[in-house]
Amino acid sequence: MTIASIVLSTGLILVLIGIWGMLTQRNILRIIVGFVLMGTGSHLVIVAIGYVSNGTAPIIDGGLSLAEAPTRSVDPIPSALAVTAIVIGLAVTAVMLAYAIRLYQAKQTLSIDAFTDSKW
Amino acid sequence: MRRGAAIILIAFLGVIFSTIAVSYSQRSSLPELAAAYVDLVPRELGAPNVITGILLTYRAFDTLGEVAVLFMVAAGVGLLLGAGCEERDEVQAGIRRSLKETPSTEIVQNGADILVPLIAIFAAYIVLHGHLGPGGGFQGGAVMASCVLLLLLAKPDYRIKLAHLSFIESLAGLLIVVVGIAGIILASGFLDNRVLPLGEFGAFFSAGAIPVLSVLLGVKVGCELSVISERFRA
Repeated sequence: MTIASIVLSTGLILVLIGIWGMLTQRNILRIIVGFVLMGTGSHLVIVAIGYVSNGTAPIIDGGLSLAEAPTRSVDPIPSALAVTAIVIGLAVTAVMLAYAIRLYQAKQTLSIDAFTDSKW
Repeated sequence: MRRGAAIILIAFLGVIFSTIAVSYSQRSSLPELAAAYVDLVPRELGAPNVITGILLTYRAFDTLGEVAVLFMVAAGVGLLLGAGCEERDEVQAGIRRSLKETPSTEIVQNGADILVPLIAIFAAYIVLHGHLGPGGGFQGGAVMASCVLLLLLAKPDYRIKLAHLSFIESLAGLLIVVVGIAGIILASGFLDNRVLPLGEFGAFFSAGAIPVLSVLLGVKVGCELSVISERFRA
């Protein structure tokens, strides 16, 4: 089992667990936890795709000289995309938690069964 | 959703994901675009950290969009959770009363006394060395916001001046755009880092405008996350 496929499988399993949590839980905070799990899994998948065999971090210092950088470093683009994705995930989680607080203040309960009638 | 339907859906997704996971084979060499970036960033931009060079110069426009998303989220959370002036005073008085009865424990207070200066120095280190090692604006800003969160938990009388932080955050955002426009005038494009001299490779003052952008990003992200944490408190 190569490193990239282990991390890729872990990320995909986390995405599955997150989606299952979002579909079957009734408590709003647990649904939010499911969303965060799905996001974390997708970050792992993004980073796993960028791994190159026997590669190291794309930072030129004592461990990786300038001449051997194009052959021995991993892909830097998925890591940059993962930074962006983590920040956006945090922002969406903050807004979801603010909504959860307002919903609780409205109906004094955290179960989404209390809100199924207020669709229109 | 009913249990049965959810199980069928998850099983179907599991089959699709397993075909992806099984047929993926690890790369043995970099793709062309990545090899070009790894070659170009130390040579043209003078930055040893390739990822920060990509995030703050070649794909800096996406970083600016991300900064805009964070700003919108701070405004949105302020709209959802912000209360009017008299309500805020009542809530603050209520917090102070309840915390006189059950103050935060000694471990939290003493731990915060020791850790807050160390965390702040670590955050500044991450932001300033973004171009030399792992780090950069977003990472250092998040660590700074965690320092503020520790202060909010340990010291109940600690109040953040939201007006000052909002002003600093907007000013940092404006300065990022100003540096970008200076890139159009003085160098070859928007948010190009060659407006400042590239310096010696690996020195502290090197890589042109990348440390300046890192500092501005770190200040902006730290202020925004602190404002969001403060809104959740009251």
